[in-house]
Parts: sequence; C-alpha cells; structure tokens
Amino acid sequence: MSPLSRWLSRHMAKLALAPSLIVICIAVYGFIAFTTVLSFTGSRMLPNFNFVGWLQYERLWNSPRWIVAVTNFGLFAVLYIGITTALGLGLAILLDQKVRAEGVLRSIYLYPMSISFIVTGVAWQWLMAPDLGLEKAFHAWGWTSFRFDWIKDEQMAIYCIVIAGIWQAAGFVMALFLAALRGINGEIILAAKIDGAGGPQIYRHVVVPALRPAFLTALVVQGHLAIKSYDLVVALTRGGPGYATELPSTFMYGYTFTRNEMAVGAASAVTMLITLAAVIVPYLYSELKNQDAR
Amino acid sequence: MRSNVLRAVAAAASLMVFSAAQAQNQSVEVMHWWTSGGEGAAVGVLKQDLEKRGVKWVDMAVAGGGGEAASTALRARVVAGDPPTAAQQLGMNVRDWAVEGSLGNLDDVAVKGGWDKVVPPAVQAFGKYKGHWVAAPVNIHRPSWLWMNAKIFKDNGLTPPKTWDEFNATADKLKAKGITPLAFGGQAWQETTVWEDVVLGIGGPDFYKKAIIDADPAALKSPTMLKVFDQMRKLRGYVDRNFAGRDWNLATAMVLKGEAAMQLMGDWAKGEVIAAKQVPGKDILCSVAPGTQGSFLFNTDFFAMFNVSAAKRPAQLLMAQAIMDPSFQVTFNLAKGSIPARNDVSMDKFDDCGKQSMADLKAASAANHVYGSLAHGHAQPAGVQRAYFDVVTKHFNSDQSSQAAVDELVRSVAAAK
Repeated sequence: MSPLSRWLSRHMAKLALAPSLIVICIAVYGFIAFTTVLSFTGSRMLPNFNFVGWLQYERLWNSPRWIVAVTNFGLFAVLYIGITTALGLGLAILLDQKVRAEGVLRSIYLYPMSISFIVTGVAWQWLMAPDLGLEKAFHAWGWTSFRFDWIKDEQMAIYCIVIAGIWQAAGFVMALFLAALRGINGEIILAAKIDGAGGPQIYRHVVVPALRPAFLTALVVQGHLAIKSYDLVVALTRGGPGYATELPSTFMYGYTFTRNEMAVGAASAVTMLITLAAVIVPYLYSELKNQDAR
Repeated sequence: MRSNVLRAVAAAASLMVFSAAQAQNQSVEVMHWWTSGGEGAAVGVLKQDLEKRGVKWVDMAVAGGGGEAASTALRARVVAGDPPTAAQQLGMNVRDWAVEGSLGNLDDVAVKGGWDKVVPPAVQAFGKYKGHWVAAPVNIHRPSWLWMNAKIFKDNGLTPPKTWDEFNATADKLKAKGITPLAFGGQAWQETTVWEDVVLGIGGPDFYKKAIIDADPAALKSPTMLKVFDQMRKLRGYVDRNFAGRDWNLATAMVLKGEAAMQLMGDWAKGEVIAAKQVPGKDILCSVAPGTQGSFLFNTDFFAMFNVSAAKRPAQLLMAQAIMDPSFQVTFNLAKGSIPARNDVSMDKFDDCGKQSMADLKAASAANHVYGSLAHGHAQPAGVQRAYFDVVTKHFNSDQSSQAAVDELVRSVAAAK
C-alpha cells in the first residue's frame, strides 16, 4: 500500500465528515457569530455596522413585549416539556404491558408527530374557536352552558398553545421511551422481583433510572421544539389577543422584519441561544460524562 | 452522428435562452397583498390593462391584510439582489427603500404624464425622494369611514352618528336590542385604525398632528389622550365575544349579513360590499368616522419600482405609465373602493361614497387638514408605528386603565425613536 492510500484509509472517516462539518461551521456557527455582531450594531431595516455597545440589549429588556414573551416561554417550556414527558412515559409504560393491539395503538399515538406545526395550529384553532369548534358543538348537542373560549382570553390563550404542543409531541416521546423500555435487560427486573419488589416499586427504582439516556434525548428534542414554536403560535393565535401569546421566536421575527429593528431582533435571538445553552449544555455534559465514566 | 446530436442540443439550448430573454423583456413581476374578494378584482383590472399593452404579469401575491408578510418576502428578495419589478408598499416603507437606494427613477414617465400637477402634495411627499419620482400611486384610500347596515338602522330608527357621543348612544340602543353594535377584528392594525379615528374625532386635526405625526410627548400625556383611551374602553364593550384575531373582511361580512350594525374600516371595505352585490350608499350606508368631518386621513398604495436590469426597465416604465393613466385610475378605483390618485379625473362613474371622499379631500386640502394614517404606514416609520400598535392593542385586549395606557404610550414611543 502506498503512503497516500495508507493515509487515506486512516483518515477516511474524517474526510467523509469534513464537508458536513465545514457547512455546519459556516451555516450554523458562522451565522450565529454574524447575528451576535449584528446585536451590537444599530441595524434597523437592513444590516449596518455602526457599533452601539449594549444599547440594543437595554432596549430589549425595556420592552414590555419582550417581558411577556419571556414569561410566556417559561410557562410554555415548563408545562410543555413536563407534561409531554410525563404523558409520554405513562403511555409507554402502559403500552409495554403486552396489550393486544399494541401496534395499532402505537401508530395512532404517533400520528400527530407526522403533521407540521402549522397544520396542528390551524386544526386546534378551529377546534378551540368558540364560534366554530368545541363550544359550538356542545351547544348544538344540547349542553348550552359549556364555555371554552380560552383562545380568546388574554390570560388563558397561552395554555391553548401548550395543549396543541403537547398533543403533537406526546406520541413521539412515547415512542422514544417505548424503545428504551424494550432495551432494558429483563434479568435486572427478575433480580428486583427476587428481592421482593412490587410492580410500582420496580418502575420507580429500577426501570425509570435505567431510562436516563431516553430522558436526555426527550429533553433535548422537546427543548428545541419549544424554542422553535413560531409556526404554532402564528397558526393558532397570531400572537393574540393583543400580544398575550407572544413567544421569543415570534418576537424576534416581528422585530427584525416587521418593525425594522433588526439589531433588537438579533439581541433577542442571542439571548434565546444563551438561555437555552445555559440549560442544555450542563445537562448534556453531566449525562455524557457519567456515561464515559461507566 | 454524435456531433450532430451535440449541435442540435446546442441550438435548442440557445433558442430557449433567447426566447426566455425575450419573454423577460415584456413581463413584470409584481408583489402585492391584495388577496381578498374586492381587492383581487382590482388587481385583475391592472393585470388585464398591462396584458393589453403586451406586458405579461407575473404575480407574487403574499396574503396578510397589513402587508407584513409581503414586506418580509420583499426584503429577502432585495437583499438577495433579485428584487421584483414592482412591489406594493405603503408610504413610509417606500421612503425606507428609497433611503437604502433600492428604488429606480421614474422621472421620464412622470414628466411626460404631468404627475407633479395632478397628484395631491401630501401623496407626492411619499412618492418622491429627493425630488425624483420613485413610486407610482395607484389610489388614495381613506381609513376613517363608518359603514352601517341600512336595514338595521331603518328598523331601529337610527341615523348615522356624527360625534363619538352620538355613536355611544346609538351603540347602547343597539346593544339593548341584542344586536352587536360594532363588527370588529382584533388585529393590531385594525385596533389602531379605530384608535386614530377616535384621536382625530375627539382631539381634532391639530391634536392628531401633534400626537401622531409629530409624536409630541406633551400631546401623548395630555388629558385628551386619556379621553381617547376611555372611549376605546367603551368601544370594547360594543364588540362581540369572538373578535380577537378576526380578519377585517370577515368583520365586514358580519355587517353585510346583518349580524352586526356598524364597522369602522377604510374604504377598501366598499370592495367587499360590491363583491357581495350590495350597493354602497343604499344597502350599506357610509359616513366618515364620528367627529372627523373636515379632515382627511389617507393612505396610498404605491407600486415602488425597484432597481432592475436594463432589460426589464421598458416593461417597468410601461407599468408606471399604465398605473397613472386616467382611464385606468377610474377603472381600478371603481373596483377597489378608493379614489384616484389624480385629481383631474371625472368622478361621474363613482358611487356617492366615492364622490363624497373626493369632495372631502379637496375641502380638507384647502384647509390643510390632510394627514397620513398611522395605522396604514403614512405617519411614522415602522419601529415607532409598532410602538403605538403595541400600546393600543394591549389596552384594548386587556382591562388596563387609561392612565396606564397613556404612560405606556409615552414610554414606548420615546423608546422606539
């Protein structure tokens, strides 16, 4: 073998990955850097490079709309991730009990993930609109005092978005956990039974801790779905009533493109990135470190 | 054999390129957001007119009543270096693009057509930049109309209200009978359309100028502004439960079908009335928004002409010329519900509402009470305009007090400048 072909065969994996790596470096990290630079400039409609220090961040945090967006995001993220994970885990555990129509049930629960956020948003908007959907249906069926106008209520509209989001993602999380459950070594369960552990105890002390990698995946996937929820908000409530269902993603889009405040939009994007990184990176680090140690 | 095939392929390819270039010469790519019934008919008029002149129309319609989605798509195209030939833009946006240097020069067509003499000065201020024409005005819209269902008014013995107090009295009577007084769509631009009617109606034209055109903090803090927000709170009680997020044309449909009595909307609602085969002035009464008599709020749809390659210029100039042609101005505005941007066309074919609009414009011009509309991009640049939007929509959709809204208004406008 010539030196060249030996070198090639040694570095083949790196060469194969190199194009993707270069594209990611430019398209993801390069543009993150560009956005960060923009957030320190005075850009309005189009990018310019007059630097203004931290002014845009001050303007960002002085904007009541941003405060609403951040509060909504906190609410949305906690409820969305928490309930979806709990629901997904519950469904997976129930489906794992050797039920008869497991394949069919699994497909049904997984279907919502196959439709886009926009379709979810529009369908739930129709369902939740008082004059079109559930409320009208119940009135027509005779229950005339039924009220479900959360979507038109300034205080409750954000929970409508949470509901639609949970409906879409629960099946996917269920599939993640089901696969992980199937991967648990049956002998550990047997050992626990021999030690005298009952059903719920086995789940609490043996099964759920063994699902830690699946929890990590579920959290990362849901975290990025939550931050990306622009199309869900636009399809469901358009940010309304007023701007009660504003999320950082819609805020960033609105400020950058509609209000000709590109630098403030860039500052909000950088803030979103840092917040998410502050949560995900330590979690990722601790999980992967433990795995290596084992 | 092989070289014959190659020659044939080369010939076919060059023919395609040549014919594509020819086709490009006589086509305009036009971006707009006229997608509702009446508006679509109006665009059709322009399209047919251009096709008669041999120019192909490539449509780039992006839906969204206030044009937000369209303006975003436009920005992406311009930054990518591939602007459409023309784009529908509101006054302030035309100015923003002109400042960035993205617009072409229409002076040749403007001088030949005598645009300087026939377009009202307030409209010219937006269509020209540094003395050169950069955009062609298609119409003059008036956002401050009150549309009423004639049958409901006749059955209840009501007359069109002339002041905001009369409006409240009329609305109370209707509400007592179980009829929704005000058809409304809860989107920020619609709420601000009504708000600026109240500012003009309660404060008068000088207050409008100080509070909205000049964004003077003293005017924004004044007791008059408190009264404005009080009136908005009253209006909140006159709309139905499901108003949040409703599109403007669905609210107009409520008035057309008799489900609601009145709507405060611009004269583009007339297009919906005509498309529903009803007669403006008879089936649907029109009057100016309460308290705004003697003034004229306007917004104009411009077609901003972008810097395009030399090959596309002839078609672009043809389009500019076609837009300002007097007979086209009449046909288009008959379909759209607005009035022509030229003051030298005959208003005979227009209905009573249109004739009244043109007469009001001439009277208000004489008194110097013609002002650009804030809600429709003719009073403040986008950043400041949206600051007003935020305060108005938050106040309308919550139970915020008028004082809190006034304080928020002063703060937001100052922060957005």
